[in-house]
Amino acid sequence: MSEAVSALGNASFEGFATIRELGPVGMITLRAKHDLPALPKALKTVLTAELPERRRIISAGEVRVGWMSPDELLILLPYAEVADRVVALTEALGTAHALVADVSDARCLFAIEGEKAAQVLMKLCPVDMAALERGELRRTRAAQVPAAFWAEEGGLRLVAFRSVAAYVMGILTHSARPGSELFPA
Amino acid sequence: MSTRLARGGRLIDRNHPLDFTFNGKRMRGFAGDTLAAALLANDQMLVGRSFKYHRPRGIVAAGAEEPNALVQLGTGGRSEPNQRTTTTELFAGLSAASQNHWPSLEFDVGAVNAAASRFLPAGFYYKTFLQPRLAWKHLFEPVIRRSAGLGRPPEEPDADRYEQAYAFCDLLVVGGGIAGLQAALSASASGQMVMLLEQTPHWGGRAPVDDVLIEGRPAADWVAATVASLEAAPNVTLRTRCMAAGVHDHGYVLAEERVADHTPGDGRPKKRLWRIRAGKVVTATGAIERPLPFAGNDIPGVMLASAVRDYLVNWAVSPGDRVVIVTNNDDAYRTAIAVHRAGLTVPAVLDARAEADGALPEEVRSLGIPVLTNRAVAKIKGGKRVTGVAVCAQAGEGAVLDEFACDAVAMSGGWSPVVHLWSHCGGKLIWDEAQSAFRPDPARPPITHDGSAMVAAAGSANGELLSADVLADAIRAVGGEGPAPRAQSPEEAPTEPVWIMPQGATPALRSKMWLDYQNDVKVSDVQLAAREGYESVEHTKRYTTLGMATDQGKLSNINGLAVLAGSLNAPIPAVGTTTFRPPYTPVTFGALVGEARGEIFQPLRRTPMHDWHEAHGAYWEPVGLWRRPYCYSRPGESHGDAVAREVTNARTKLGLLDASTLGKILVKGPDAGRFLDMIYTNVMSSLPVGRCRYGLMCNENGFLMDDGVVVRLSEDSWLCHTTSGGADRIHAHMEDWLQCEWWDWQVYTANLTEQFAQVAIVGPNARKLLEKLGGMDVSKEALPFMHWADGTIAGVPARVFRISFSGELSYEVAVPAGQGLAFWQACLEAGTEFGVLPYGTEALHVMRAEKGFIMIGDETDGTVIPQDLNLGWAISKKKADFIGKRGMERTFLASPDRWKLVGLETLDGSVLPDGAIAPAPGSNANGQRNTQGRVTSTYWSPTLKKGIAMGLVHRGPERMGEVIEFPKIWGGVVQARIVDPVFYDKAGEKQDV
Repeated sequence: MSEAVSALGNASFEGFATIRELGPVGMITLRAKHDLPALPKALKTVLTAELPERRRIISAGEVRVGWMSPDELLILLPYAEVADRVVALTEALGTAHALVADVSDARCLFAIEGEKAAQVLMKLCPVDMAALERGELRRTRAAQVPAAFWAEEGGLRLVAFRSVAAYVMGILTHSARPGSELFPA
Repeated sequence: MSTRLARGGRLIDRNHPLDFTFNGKRMRGFAGDTLAAALLANDQMLVGRSFKYHRPRGIVAAGAEEPNALVQLGTGGRSEPNQRTTTTELFAGLSAASQNHWPSLEFDVGAVNAAASRFLPAGFYYKTFLQPRLAWKHLFEPVIRRSAGLGRPPEEPDADRYEQAYAFCDLLVVGGGIAGLQAALSASASGQMVMLLEQTPHWGGRAPVDDVLIEGRPAADWVAATVASLEAAPNVTLRTRCMAAGVHDHGYVLAEERVADHTPGDGRPKKRLWRIRAGKVVTATGAIERPLPFAGNDIPGVMLASAVRDYLVNWAVSPGDRVVIVTNNDDAYRTAIAVHRAGLTVPAVLDARAEADGALPEEVRSLGIPVLTNRAVAKIKGGKRVTGVAVCAQAGEGAVLDEFACDAVAMSGGWSPVVHLWSHCGGKLIWDEAQSAFRPDPARPPITHDGSAMVAAAGSANGELLSADVLADAIRAVGGEGPAPRAQSPEEAPTEPVWIMPQGATPALRSKMWLDYQNDVKVSDVQLAAREGYESVEHTKRYTTLGMATDQGKLSNINGLAVLAGSLNAPIPAVGTTTFRPPYTPVTFGALVGEARGEIFQPLRRTPMHDWHEAHGAYWEPVGLWRRPYCYSRPGESHGDAVAREVTNARTKLGLLDASTLGKILVKGPDAGRFLDMIYTNVMSSLPVGRCRYGLMCNENGFLMDDGVVVRLSEDSWLCHTTSGGADRIHAHMEDWLQCEWWDWQVYTANLTEQFAQVAIVGPNARKLLEKLGGMDVSKEALPFMHWADGTIAGVPARVFRISFSGELSYEVAVPAGQGLAFWQACLEAGTEFGVLPYGTEALHVMRAEKGFIMIGDETDGTVIPQDLNLGWAISKKKADFIGKRGMERTFLASPDRWKLVGLETLDGSVLPDGAIAPAPGSNANGQRNTQGRVTSTYWSPTLKKGIAMGLVHRGPERMGEVIEFPKIWGGVVQARIVDPVFYDKAGEKQDV
C-alpha cells in the first residue's frame, strides 16, 4: 500500500513569517442540524469533543471541531484515524439525518507562523485580523480562492481546497517575502 | 535661472547627493528632493510640451496638483509614463525623459499646432467627425493621433511586484497636515481605532512652510511632537506615502501606498493597494491654490505662489533671482516674504484688489517691496522661459502701463478646498462667497447605511484657511473635546474673485489665458463653448476637454466653471462643478492587480497527477480553472498524430485517462431520491444500490445544462458525477434548490470532487491490468457494465465504476487523491506488458464522437433541449415534475420543426470545419441566407480513417441519407451525408465484455 501524500509534499518557505504545508491531515465533513439531539453525544463519544459555538473551533487533543455553517462541522484529526471515525460517527448518529464524509484528500492545510503571521493574511483575506479571537474559525477567501483559518499556538492554520494548493502556497509566499512587512520594526 | 540656494531646505540632506539623468543629461540633487525640486535646482524649468499645441511647459506646482511636469520615468521593465515629478521622490540613478515632443524638448515641430490654433478650437475633435466624411479617417485621425499624447506605454513586463492589504478602523483620517494630525490625536483619545494617511513622505502639510506658530513655537515642533504621541498610541496606525484614492459606499476607501517607488529593486513591493473599511472618514486633505488666468500664464517660470514658497523653504530651490508676485489675496504675500528672506528680489507685487493693507501686505511693504494694487498682468513676456511681465490695470482691457523684467512669476488666485473625497459618495458643496470657493456643505454629507454622515471634512479641506481655525475645525470634525492648540497666523483680508485678468481682456489676450495646461484649454475655448450653446458644465467639460487630463482639472476646474458662469451670466453655484470621481490621483494598474501576476495570476487547479503530465509532454487544455492534458506529444510528433496514436492505442490495447477533474457530488438523506428525481430528467430514485445510470440535468427553461453518471451508493446516498467544468456550478445549483425552495427536504450534499483521483482504464486490456494489480474481482460476472464496487486495488482503497465514455471495455477507478499519483504510476508500470499509454482530452473527445456521445458545451449551447439530441429516452414520462419539464413543453421546444442531432459524413472523407453552418435555399426577412444546420463536433477518426462529425440539422433524423453542403473556411463547399451519429460499435458490444 502506498503512503498518502499531501498536495505539496510539505513544502515550506521562510519569509517574515514561516509558511509550511502540513499533512496529510485527516478531515471529516459532518453535515447535520446542530440541534440534532444525537450530535453532541456522537462528538463526545467518538472524538471526546464538544459541539463548537457559532464561528468557533474547539480543540480536544489532536482533534479540532470547527463550526462551518448552521448545518456543517469540519473535523480535523490524525489521517490514519479517519476511516474508523467516519464509521463510528455514522453509527453514533444512527438514523438521524446527517452526512459524514471523509474529505482529508480534498483539502490542503497550511501553517503560517511567527510573530508577523497575521500580516501575511492581512494581504490576502478581507478580515480584521486584530479582531480575530482565539478559537475563532474564519471562513473567507484568500485572494481568489475560498479558505478558512484560525489561530493555533505560534501562528495560524489555513485550510483550502487541494487542487489549488500550489496557488495558495504561491500567494502565501508572495505575501510573506522578506522586507514586505506591513508594519516593519 | 532656477538654482539651488546655498543654505536652507528643510527636507533635503545635503550630505547625501544623488545623481540622476533627465533626457540623458546628468544632474545632481539631494536626498529629500522631489524630482521637480531637483530639476529646478539644475535649472531645468522646461519639462514637457502641452497635449494639443505642444507649447513649452514648466513646473507650476509642488504637489499632487501639478498638471505639466509629467515625465517618462525609468527604462525597460521599470518604465512608467506620466509620472508626476512633483510627487516623485528622487533616488540615485533615477532616469527621466520628457514626453510629448518631437524631435526634441527644445525644438518641437508640433508647436506649429500652436500657430494653427485657430483651426483647433474647442470641440475640434468632435467637429472633425462632421464633414467631409472621409476626412476623419484619412486626415484628422492620423494627424491627431500622432500629435497628441503623453508618455509611452512600457514595452517590457513590469520588473516590480505589487500587493494589496486589508485594513479596518473606526476612523480613517486622510491627510497628515496639522488638521489631520489634530483630528487623529483627538479621536485617539477616545479609544477609537484610528488610521491616518499622508500622501507625501512628510507630516505637517503646509504649516511649517507658512510660518505658522502653534503654542508659540514653529509648527514643525508641534508636528513632530504630535506624530510622536500618535506613534506611541496603540490604537493609531500612521502611514506616509499613502494616497487615499477614493471613498466608496459603506466607508470603503482605497489607498495607494508607494512602498518602494523611491527604492527600486530592493525587493519590496513597488506599491501596495490598501482596501480599508472605515467606520467614519475625516478628509483633512487641505486646499489647492488656483492659478490666475492672464495672457501667457502657461509660459515656463509662471508658478503657483505657494509652490514658489515650497521650493524655497523645503528644498532651497530658487525659481529665479527676480520673482514678480501676482495675486488677489493676502496669502501670496507670504511668497514675497519667503523670496525676500532667501535673499532674492521681488520687483513688485501686483494685487488685483483695490486695497491691500492687511498684516501680510504691510509686512511686505515694510521690506521695501513695491505693492501695486488694482494691477494685473497684461501679458507674460518670454517663450520657453519668463523674461518679464507687462502690467496693466485689472479694471481695464490690457493697456500696458509698466513692465518688469523677471525670471519667475508667482501667481495666486485664491485657494480651493480639496473636496474630492468628500464628494465621491455624494457629499454636496456650497459656494463660499468670501473665499470664492466651493466647500463641503455640512448639512449634506455623504451618508452611510444608517443614514449618518460617513465623511466629515476638516481644516482647509473644509474651507478653513487660517491655522487657528484649522485646528479647531479638526477637533470639531471628530467630535473631540478640549481647546485646540493655540495657533498664530496673521489675519487675512478677503480674496477677490478674479476669473479673467484683466477683467476686460481683449479676445487676443483671452486666447492666451490657459485654464487647463495639460489639455490646452483656454479662456477663449470655454467662452466659445458657451457661445455655441453649451450650458451644462459637464457638457462643456467634455466638449472642451477642460479638466479631462491626467490631473483631472485640479488647477483648472474652478477657474473654468467660473469663466463659463461669466459667459452664461449665471452665478457660479448655479453652474456647479463637474463630478468628482476616484481616483484622486492616478493609481497604477499594478496596485489594482496586486499579487495576481505570473504563476499566481489565477488559481490553477491541479489534479494529483498534474506534475506527472507536465513531465511527460502534456500539451495543456484549459478546462474551467483546471489544466488537462490535451495529448501527450512525443518529440517530433504533431498534436494530431499524438491524438491518433492515443485513440488507436486505447481502442486496440490499453489507455489511461486522468479523469480526476470530473465533478463528484455526494447527495444523502431520506429525501435524496426525491430530490434527484427533480434535479435529473430521468428517474434516479429507482436506481438499485450498486448500479450506475447516465443522467441529464436541465435548467428551468428545459435547456440541457449538465450530464453525467449517477451512482447509487446506499439506500439513502447517491454520488453524482458532473462535467469537469460543471462541478461547482451544479453543486451550487443543488444547494440553491435545497436552501431556497425545498428547505424542508432532508437532503445534504457534499462536493467531493477533489477527494478522489479518478483514472479511466480503457481498452481491450483494461480488465487484465486490474487483475494484475489485484485486490478485486472485476470480471464481467462480478462487476457487469454500469455497476460499481468498493474494494482495494494494488493496495489502494478504490471504488471502481464500470462505465465507458469511449465505447471500449472501461473502468473508472476512484482512489484517495493523496494516493492518486501512486496509483497512476502503478497502472503505467503494470500496464507496460499490455501496451498501456496515457491519453488526453482530445482522444477522449474523438472516441466519444465515434460513439455518438454528446458533450456538454459542444452539442449544447444553452438553447438545446435533450430531445434535440435524441435523448428523449432519458426524459421520464412517469414523473410528475422535474426541473425543466414545463420549460421543454413549450410549443416551440416541443415542435418537431427543430434542429436535431445527426451524424455527418463527408463524401470525400475530409474533416468538416468546426462550427460550419449549412445554408438553405432562399433568404430570410433580413435578406440573410437561410440556414439548415451546423456542425457541433468534428474530428478525424483514426479508427474509421475518415472525418466524422455531429451536427444539429433541421429535422435531421427525418433526412437520413440526404446530402447537404457546408462552406469551407477558405472558399468552396464540402458535401456531407446525414447519417446516424453512432459511427462505431452501435450495438455496444465492445464495452460490455
